[in-house]
Amino acid sequence: SYGSTLRYKNIERMKAIGKHSLLGASGEISDFQEILRYLDELVLNDNMWDDGNSLGPKEVHNYLTRVMYNRRNKFNPLWNTLVLGGVKNGESYLGMVSMIGVSFEDNHVATGFGNHLARPILRDEWHADLSFEDGVKLLEKCMRVLLYRDRSAINKLQIAKITEEGVTCEDEPIPLFDHFDDTRKAAKSAACRNRAIGEAWDDYDSIFYNAWLKVSIEPTWFVDPDVV
Amino acid sequence: MFRNQYDTDVTTWSPTGRLFQVEYAMEAVKQGSAAIGLRSRSHVVLASVNKAQSELSSHQRKIFKVDDHIGVAIAGLTADGRVLSRYMRSESINHSFTYESPLPVGRLVVRLADKAQVCTQRSWKRPYGVGLLVGGLDESGAHLYYNCPSGNYFEYQAFAIGSRSQAAKTYLERRFESFNESSREDLIKDAILAIRETLQGETLKSSLCTVSVLGVDEPFHFLDQESIQKVIDTFEKVPEEEEDGGEAEAEAAAAPAEQGGAGDQDVAPMEM
Repeated sequence: SYGSTLRYKNIERMKAIGKHSLLGASGEISDFQEILRYLDELVLNDNMWDDGNSLGPKEVHNYLTRVMYNRRNKFNPLWNTLVLGGVKNGESYLGMVSMIGVSFEDNHVATGFGNHLARPILRDEWHADLSFEDGVKLLEKCMRVLLYRDRSAINKLQIAKITEEGVTCEDEPIPLFDHFDDTRKAAKSAACRNRAIGEAWDDYDSIFYNAWLKVSIEPTWFVDPDVV
Repeated sequence: MFRNQYDTDVTTWSPTGRLFQVEYAMEAVKQGSAAIGLRSRSHVVLASVNKAQSELSSHQRKIFKVDDHIGVAIAGLTADGRVLSRYMRSESINHSFTYESPLPVGRLVVRLADKAQVCTQRSWKRPYGVGLLVGGLDESGAHLYYNCPSGNYFEYQAFAIGSRSQAAKTYLERRFESFNESSREDLIKDAILAIRETLQGETLKSSLCTVSVLGVDEPFHFLDQESIQKVIDTFEKVPEEEEDGGEAEAEAAAAPAEQGGAGDQDVAPMEM
């Protein structure tokens, strides 16, 4: 399975690095903790210089690329995909490093299934003048899509914001959407069983529409003969 | 300085608390030909006097590029200087490779100083016999440092090292307050004028000096002979006749005597 938050519901997978960066990881959490130890040492040594220079997101990203790539070359990878973002001197930066050392910068990045499900949405809807609130809404939209398709994730999200001042709003994990007291009861309730089945699966029909072949590849629905 | 019984080893203190071998190493710096550095808020200029072993040979290189944003000028044992430049280049490029970002000059200078200090505390080593003027640019602006064989380093607005550098230092002392706001061209002109001070009467020609510049949006590079000659021509219209240079002229004649060692005849062949 991928991304299992089934058992430990409050694990934080994002950490602030130095004054300017934020690191998020997916994959093996213990390897992520090891990476945090490397970065702690890096930031400590940087602070010990005490000379007005500080590690920005670009430097941290490249350092991590070197670490991940070198481990892969030794056939002993750190099993993580890392997302690194930050702001320094007014310039914002966002990059990704995979467990084999593939690294790049872009306006939006994702790990794992996010690359397949979330990035198409982001490609359509991202633009350079997004406000923070719109950005959060866009991210929540992507996370919802991902959540629907993950059988072992819970509905809690953690969102962090990085600006020139540093990392702020690193929230406690927040619940994503509707909360049901008793999910089984809700699923069996009349409201759910008798809901109208519309044309569109959800807002993101486009994901399943192959424009070239002009074929719609919708998932099959179970049509309850009692209801119809 | 006279010979005494505490100066054989670098690991022997004198009763007055001095390490004579280290001080002798600093004497070697004074024997080399002059090197000058000055900085403004956004640029650093390094200049040196070209000295050739003999008429038949080419002159020794005294200014080295360490990276696009760092340059170094040396005075003293050129071989030691070359080895330290290689070390600096290596440190700089390793940092660039790992962090994809230029090495802050202050950090390079500290590593260099620590390397020099090691040589003052090992009985099987000797101190490096070269003084380094490290000029560079980083996030916090333009910097000029002087690294000593003793392992000390200092930051300067402007400095000169090598033989007859006192004349240049006097010139720079008079003018340094304006350097921070100087334009690039004025800075270069001041560097060449300071070089002229060390020549003590010899006619200043572009073949006699090497000038290098680095700054914001300007990677380290050497100025070519024509550019240097053009600057020289602005203040030396006719050789032996001084016109434009301003206050510098009147006091050039009264420049104090050379500093340090016994003069050119006693310069060891390995020093430049």
